[in-house]
Amino acid sequence: MNCLELEKMAVTVRRDILTMICSAGSGHPGGSLSMVELLVATYCTQMHVDPKHPDAPERDRFVLSKGHAAPCYYAVLGELGFFDKAEFKNFRQLHSILQGHPDVKKVPGIDASTGSLGQGVSIAVGMALGAKAAGKNMKVYTILGDGELQEGQVCEACTAAAHYKLDNLTVMIDNNGLQIDGTNDEVMSLGNLHTRFETFGLNVIELPDGNDMQAVVYALALPTIPGKPKCILAHTTKGKGVSFMENQVSWHGRAPSAEELKVALKELGDGKIE
Amino acid sequence: MAEKIATRDAYGKALVALGARNKDVVVLDADLSKSTKTAKFGETYPERFFQMGIAEQDLMSTAAGLATVGKIPFASTFAIFATGRAFEQIRNSIAYPHLNVKVAATHAGITVGEDGGSHQSIEDIALMRVLPGMTVIVPADGPEAEQAVYAAAEHDGPVYLRFGRGGVPVIHGADYQFKIGKAEVLRDGGDVAIIACGVMVEAALAAADLLAAEGITARVINMATVKPLDAEVVKAAAVQTGAIVTAEEHSVIGGLGAAVAEHVVGNGNCPVPVEMVGVQDVFGQSGNPAELMKEYGLTAADIVAAAKRAVERKKK
Repeated sequence: MNCLELEKMAVTVRRDILTMICSAGSGHPGGSLSMVELLVATYCTQMHVDPKHPDAPERDRFVLSKGHAAPCYYAVLGELGFFDKAEFKNFRQLHSILQGHPDVKKVPGIDASTGSLGQGVSIAVGMALGAKAAGKNMKVYTILGDGELQEGQVCEACTAAAHYKLDNLTVMIDNNGLQIDGTNDEVMSLGNLHTRFETFGLNVIELPDGNDMQAVVYALALPTIPGKPKCILAHTTKGKGVSFMENQVSWHGRAPSAEELKVALKELGDGKIE
Repeated sequence: MAEKIATRDAYGKALVALGARNKDVVVLDADLSKSTKTAKFGETYPERFFQMGIAEQDLMSTAAGLATVGKIPFASTFAIFATGRAFEQIRNSIAYPHLNVKVAATHAGITVGEDGGSHQSIEDIALMRVLPGMTVIVPADGPEAEQAVYAAAEHDGPVYLRFGRGGVPVIHGADYQFKIGKAEVLRDGGDVAIIACGVMVEAALAAADLLAAEGITARVINMATVKPLDAEVVKAAAVQTGAIVTAEEHSVIGGLGAAVAEHVVGNGNCPVPVEMVGVQDVFGQSGNPAELMKEYGLTAADIVAAAKRAVERKKK
């Protein structure tokens, strides 16, 4: 896929996210919208996966550590054909495969159940370790939220990732600056994240605009430094793409009304690129 | 005196043997490999041993990740940290996706001894038993511990293995065959049934001797698999003896006693008096293991007293 096609897909994914959450009447739009470019670029330019064989043992793996951004994950997997997009309307409903947070037992294409913050990097480390131990050329990707970095387990996992020289692992930080109770700085300051992850021993690539598709694609494609896990620190906009949601704490975890959805979809456009 | 083996030693030995016959077995530890006895596996198969440092939460979730790529991880640390500190990682990273991780915890119960209450796990069986799909195994001696390790590796799904620190008398012969979910009737008797697990199985046998001297015949059951409980054996014990004593080195809340009581009044539909020998809703303290077992009411004499109470209750 070229960059224009990726951008077009990002628009579709954003439309899916909002429609899904509106139809469910609950969900997390802000953090789903902020990581669209990261996830679309990861799946479409990096990962070796086959929607027809979602359990192929040699496939690359993805862990959505910030599991509440499930709508973005479902939208991407649905667009790639891992399951019927008709499932979107069942998001968060009884007996749906699309649970409020990703459930590996239910959704084709999902590699780990997540939702409890801070555990995803450790799971990704386990996958990367297992791949190395088996001599497999498998790549592992994970996306974390920034509020999630307040969980101590993230430090444990990054320490281990560097210790075991997991250069088959890419840790992406969706740094949109907001969490449930306010900005990161109001809730619990994160300090200098670039320095933090560098100190752990990760190869940090900082993206001033993590919603710039071309920049994300470029960062993902940068060659790996042997023996070092890659960390993409992406500064993103929470609620990206919908003017009334952007940088608004209140849109972390609430669904748009039918009226709000209409306005949002109009703003996003239909994804056709002139 | 019977030979004594610590179940953690049997675990360490079994891991090495298992590693030879199953290349998918990997072991993780949190800076306690000399104590949990996983170190020998680490020396033998360094490429399959992952030292995770003092980071139990990471240990459990990393084990989950390894399971997703086809490994059979044994994640080891002390029971208090495995099931306490990392409870939610076991719950959400391992049990919720029903991953093939074996949480193999050592130093369980009050027989940890001198380290004191902070290190004496008396709630781990309850914490693991409550998780859907989790198998919970509490071996009684070295041979059973060894067999339980092999059985856990064969079993597809999460397993909690509970091992102790100190040596316990060997009660099983070399021909013993452990099977997940199958209780073992060690001695028959008709007046009362003593259902025990772990170090309390030996105490239960001693109690049965003491009761026999007083004319009370006790059936002794080794319930090594606390979950899934062997429902048939529990029901037969209830129906045929009419009185049950449970014995475990664990809180009386949520453990083996609770599992048995839930069954007799619940699905088993065979309500009989149940007396529970275990730690009575208090924390432990420093002391040597024998002193502590006496202090907290976990001796053969305590089982005898409980058996008499149970027999008395069924007469009413």
